[in-house]
Amino acid sequence: MSQAAVKTEESVIPDPYSLPLDEIDMGKAALYPAQAHWAYFERLRKEDPVHFCESEEFGPYWSITKFNDIVHVDTHHKQFSSEPQIVIGDAVDFQPPMFIAMDQPKHDVQRKVVTPAVSPVQLSEVEPMIRKRVGDVLDSLPVGETFNWVDLVSIELTTQMLATLFDFPFEERRKLTYWSDISASGPQVGDDSMTEEFRLQELTKCLEEFNALWQERKAQPRKNDFISLMAHHPDMQDMDPMEYLGNLMLLIVGGNDTTRNSMSGGVVALNQNPAEYDKLRADPSLIPNMVSEIIRWQTPLAHMRRNALEDVELGGKTIKKGDKVVMWYISGNRDDEVIDRPDDFIIDRPKARHHVSFGFGIHRCMGNRLAEMQIKILWEEILKRFSNVELVGEPVRVTSNFVMGYSDLPVKLHVK
Amino acid sequence: MVQVTYIEHNGTTHEVDATEGHSLMEVAIEKMIPGIDGDCGGACACATCHVFVDEAWLAKTGQKDDMETSMLEFAEGIEANSRLACQIKASADLDGIVVRIPESQH
Ligand code: FES
Repeated sequence: MSQAAVKTEESVIPDPYSLPLDEIDMGKAALYPAQAHWAYFERLRKEDPVHFCESEEFGPYWSITKFNDIVHVDTHHKQFSSEPQIVIGDAVDFQPPMFIAMDQPKHDVQRKVVTPAVSPVQLSEVEPMIRKRVGDVLDSLPVGETFNWVDLVSIELTTQMLATLFDFPFEERRKLTYWSDISASGPQVGDDSMTEEFRLQELTKCLEEFNALWQERKAQPRKNDFISLMAHHPDMQDMDPMEYLGNLMLLIVGGNDTTRNSMSGGVVALNQNPAEYDKLRADPSLIPNMVSEIIRWQTPLAHMRRNALEDVELGGKTIKKGDKVVMWYISGNRDDEVIDRPDDFIIDRPKARHHVSFGFGIHRCMGNRLAEMQIKILWEEILKRFSNVELVGEPVRVTSNFVMGYSDLPVKLHVK
Repeated sequence: MVQVTYIEHNGTTHEVDATEGHSLMEVAIEKMIPGIDGDCGGACACATCHVFVDEAWLAKTGQKDDMETSMLEFAEGIEANSRLACQIKASADLDGIVVRIPESQH
């Protein structure tokens, strides 16, 4: 079933074709949990792929909705700056610097400091440990009873991984989930469930705990966890506390919301596409390809934002210096000029890796291989144990124009 | 036709005929040579087509531009002869070229 066909709450969200183009505002977070955004993006891709909107909530911004235009913006980092930040809304007064929201040269320097923690060689070393933990989590699940897959599997596994990457006290690992949720929510992404003051207060606590870890790692020989890598590197060891916090938020969110929601998204996709589920059971060697397809289909982060540093022509429009530009990855991944039958979930899709979920260019996701490995292991271990992870109710989705996430996914397990 | 030799990290050698004008990334994908992902489709934007160009051929493959240099910074285990295969086009000049594939693409 295509996602475009999912019903929308007509009473609340108007049909996109009933609106004049300039009233379409893809920043409206309510579109996403209702799954109404698909039809809106479809119209923009067809009628106005480089689209200008005077948003009340976020100010004026451009929406880039086609795959190739997104690649163009993402690869022209000298024209499209990642500063001051990479989500659609501007920060009110709390904006810790982080390297994803920096330009060259500082971005490159900081990124290079932390990549060894997720290098392919490092990953092959941790693979057996990840597999063991995934197995333990799956073995602890209640069989035949309804439970929330998001909480017991997706959050649990990504949080365990994060605790390992930071070498964070394992028993307290759910704090990482909490801080990640706070970092990725708030008014900047259309979520009004918490105030900036509250976010600041909670993230200050996060910083205090990480400061203690920083001191501890600094006093020890260098290891391969993120904190140790930063604390021992001449280019990062003198970061001020806000910059440290910013980079922590980046690494926590980068490793959390993304993989977590792809772990949930895979369950949703397979349940909505039973023929693909059968294909998978018949041939588990399709898993690596399916992982890329899940990451495309789910697109866990819907957008990244840039700011034009000069006037740029794109798609027949002139983007002016200083304008805000939002690349909608979630729309690029449904562009039928680049991806064949883009609304369909096809686990043996040719060129499944050719999606835009990781972004392209110098800001491309640095944890992509780790994400793929975690999801691959998860499905390999599921297939060893269960004949079906059955979705037994409607998924509950989070309200955000940034994180395409689930808060509740009621499932029932059937053993083999 | 231009002859190109790809050597996998484990030593497996693939000698293939490439169509002139196709990039060494496109050729590798067409011929199903393992170890070159080419995620961005040749836009010099993902660094998953990293190869080591045999020294004897390095000069003939031309200069890296700024974008390629930037992207290579993020690849795993780069060396002086590292290039992105999507930025090298098969041509008569390169007939016989040998490239090695790294252990993994990031
Ligand atoms: S294919 Fe992406 S950089 Fe060469």
